[in-house]
Amino acid sequence: MIRWLVGLLALSLAATQTLAADSTDIGIGYLGRAGVKQTLSLVEQPADNDGIAGARLAIDDNNTTGKFLNQRFKLEERRLKDGEDAAKAATELAERNSFIVADLPADALLKAADALRDRGTLLLNAGAIDERLREADCRANVIHTAPTRAMLADALGQYLVWKQWKRWLLVVGSHDEDKLFADALRRTATRFGAKIVQERTFEDAGGARRTDSGVTLIQRQMPVFTQQAPAYDVLVAADESEVFANYLPYRTWDPRPVAGSAGLVPRSWDAAQDQWGAVQMQNRFIKLNQRRMTALDMQAWTAVRIIGEATSRTNSGDTKKVTDFIRGPDFSVAAFKGTRLTLRDWNLQLRQPILLVDGRMVVSVSPQEGFLHQVSELDTLGYDRPESKCKLK
Amino acid sequence: MSRIWRVGLLSATMLAAAPAHAFIAYVSNEKSNTVSVIDTESWTVVKTIKVGQRPRGIDFTRDGKFVMVAVGDDDTIQVIDAKTQAIVDSLPSGPDPELFAQDAAGKVLYVANENDNTVTVIDLEKRVRLGDIQVGVEPEGMTISPDGKTLINTSETTNMAHFIDTATRQIVANVLVDARPRFAEFKHDSSELWISSEIGGTVSIIDPRKHEVIGKVTFEIPGLRKEAIQPVGIGMTKDDKTAFVALGPANRIAVVDTATRKVTKYLLVGQRVWHLAFTPDEKYLLTTNGVSNDVSVIDVAAQKVIKTIQVGELPWGIAIAP
Repeated sequence: MIRWLVGLLALSLAATQTLAADSTDIGIGYLGRAGVKQTLSLVEQPADNDGIAGARLAIDDNNTTGKFLNQRFKLEERRLKDGEDAAKAATELAERNSFIVADLPADALLKAADALRDRGTLLLNAGAIDERLREADCRANVIHTAPTRAMLADALGQYLVWKQWKRWLLVVGSHDEDKLFADALRRTATRFGAKIVQERTFEDAGGARRTDSGVTLIQRQMPVFTQQAPAYDVLVAADESEVFANYLPYRTWDPRPVAGSAGLVPRSWDAAQDQWGAVQMQNRFIKLNQRRMTALDMQAWTAVRIIGEATSRTNSGDTKKVTDFIRGPDFSVAAFKGTRLTLRDWNLQLRQPILLVDGRMVVSVSPQEGFLHQVSELDTLGYDRPESKCKLK
Repeated sequence: MSRIWRVGLLSATMLAAAPAHAFIAYVSNEKSNTVSVIDTESWTVVKTIKVGQRPRGIDFTRDGKFVMVAVGDDDTIQVIDAKTQAIVDSLPSGPDPELFAQDAAGKVLYVANENDNTVTVIDLEKRVRLGDIQVGVEPEGMTISPDGKTLINTSETTNMAHFIDTATRQIVANVLVDARPRFAEFKHDSSELWISSEIGGTVSIIDPRKHEVIGKVTFEIPGLRKEAIQPVGIGMTKDDKTAFVALGPANRIAVVDTATRKVTKYLLVGQRVWHLAFTPDEKYLLTTNGVSNDVSVIDVAAQKVIKTIQVGELPWGIAIAP
């Protein structure tokens, strides 16, 4: 009997030791959308690894921390081909990864989320800014590191109002996402007391973004398009489709600044952001990826860091434990924005300051001083709890 | 009244009335690329020294003869002769040095290099690099235990205090603290290690023997949003009874009773206060206020701000001659 007990004891000791030596492996999948967005500006053309590059850096950062905790992070990258089913690809990734960072259009994201619902996989939306993913179509297994259109519009609107540029000429593109951004801008104007003096639509008549001698034509078109407007302070453009907005600065009929999709642009991150220790982050990113860091890179970095933060705080790789911690009241993450970032518990949207950038510099950071809130000033950006239609399920 | 008693009384009065010893404080101005030299008798800037790019961490050598200032964007630590106030040498730190700590003898310097997750070890006498220690992401806070055996480094994105054996230069323990740990300070009796977390908004108190967080100091200022409270610099009085914590954009220094770990008072200083230093007689505490470009002087006994001195742009670190 005693010998048996000793044997058992030795066995359990050995087991404990093996456990201690074994590292916890945490698999994170990255699911990217098909195709690369075309931009008007050649310098803004996204790299093939836009987003993924941020996730890779965060994996390195997590692993530096993980070596002190015996945690190892691995990234499995998958990019959809044209017409490929997001749900199927997500399910395949979920076989090996408990967490999936997604850069997908709204519909594809919802399909993936619903396909993974019963598995307990956590999706982190790093790419879609659609309001409905946090409102009527919100999902309990999706957290959002990408800001929403309303957050971006409010961030810009607060600054324009602070600047006393309250009369807006709104120019909207003819695609659906342009209209959604215009909706967000109208809501912002109403909330913060700006006035949209007139709206114009810029029809996408097709055509190439790059042409020889294109400038001559644009220089003729844009002044004409913007003439005879009522008195306004700033032209606000809603052109997510990259059809016309970047043609507007310096070409408007009246000498007015441009904001929105060109000129002064609201973004979660910018390569020029150098405050709050960000230079270290920018340097690390450039060293790893040989290019500068975009907003999508940052949103993916933050998603992977959220997982790293939660696994180190819980000292666990268990999906449920980690997910519960992320969704719990004690969670916060630092992301070089001068304040801790937390999740809105009613729709799992990451609260975050929004940068206003002009392509060279960070002009300002919203929320602006004076926009007050009883819980967090970050909740002056976007839909707040009382307005939310989200019921997490 | 006996004569001896009277003499005693007299000397006691003289002692109390004696003017404060004048000290010299060096303040690094992150944006101006200068170091302001402050005379603590006149409370004025007596000299401004041009240094390299982005000066931050600053300290005297133990013998008081030199001032070392980390100039991050030049990837080095410059050495200023305290007598001539001229730059005389530079030390081989790693890339982007920020804060550093030296051993009690003043022979070995440990430097946190923000850019490559290392702590560099430098021989201060020969001014050569002895080696590197791999730590977490974005090393920042540095301090050495009073017995000299343990070096503490905090890493801002890893959110840990790393305990490093100074003899073997190996990490012996890692303690998780709240987000973005910036500064580490031991009690003089070695019983506690205090770590400020800028984004977490707390100060963690660690038992250095057990390597465990045993308490936390939290801050609440009526009318101020929680996010604005960002603790950075910590100063502990020699009797270990009172700690002063700089709260960044909260524009205040918290006075903490170390026995109860509660804040007893908030002192309003300049904007975005980050670092602080006592005069050697501990009569005054000087704080660097980044956004208002000034230094506040606190009367330690009275716990009152008595003076503000304009310095360069974005004052960051401060060191006072021993």
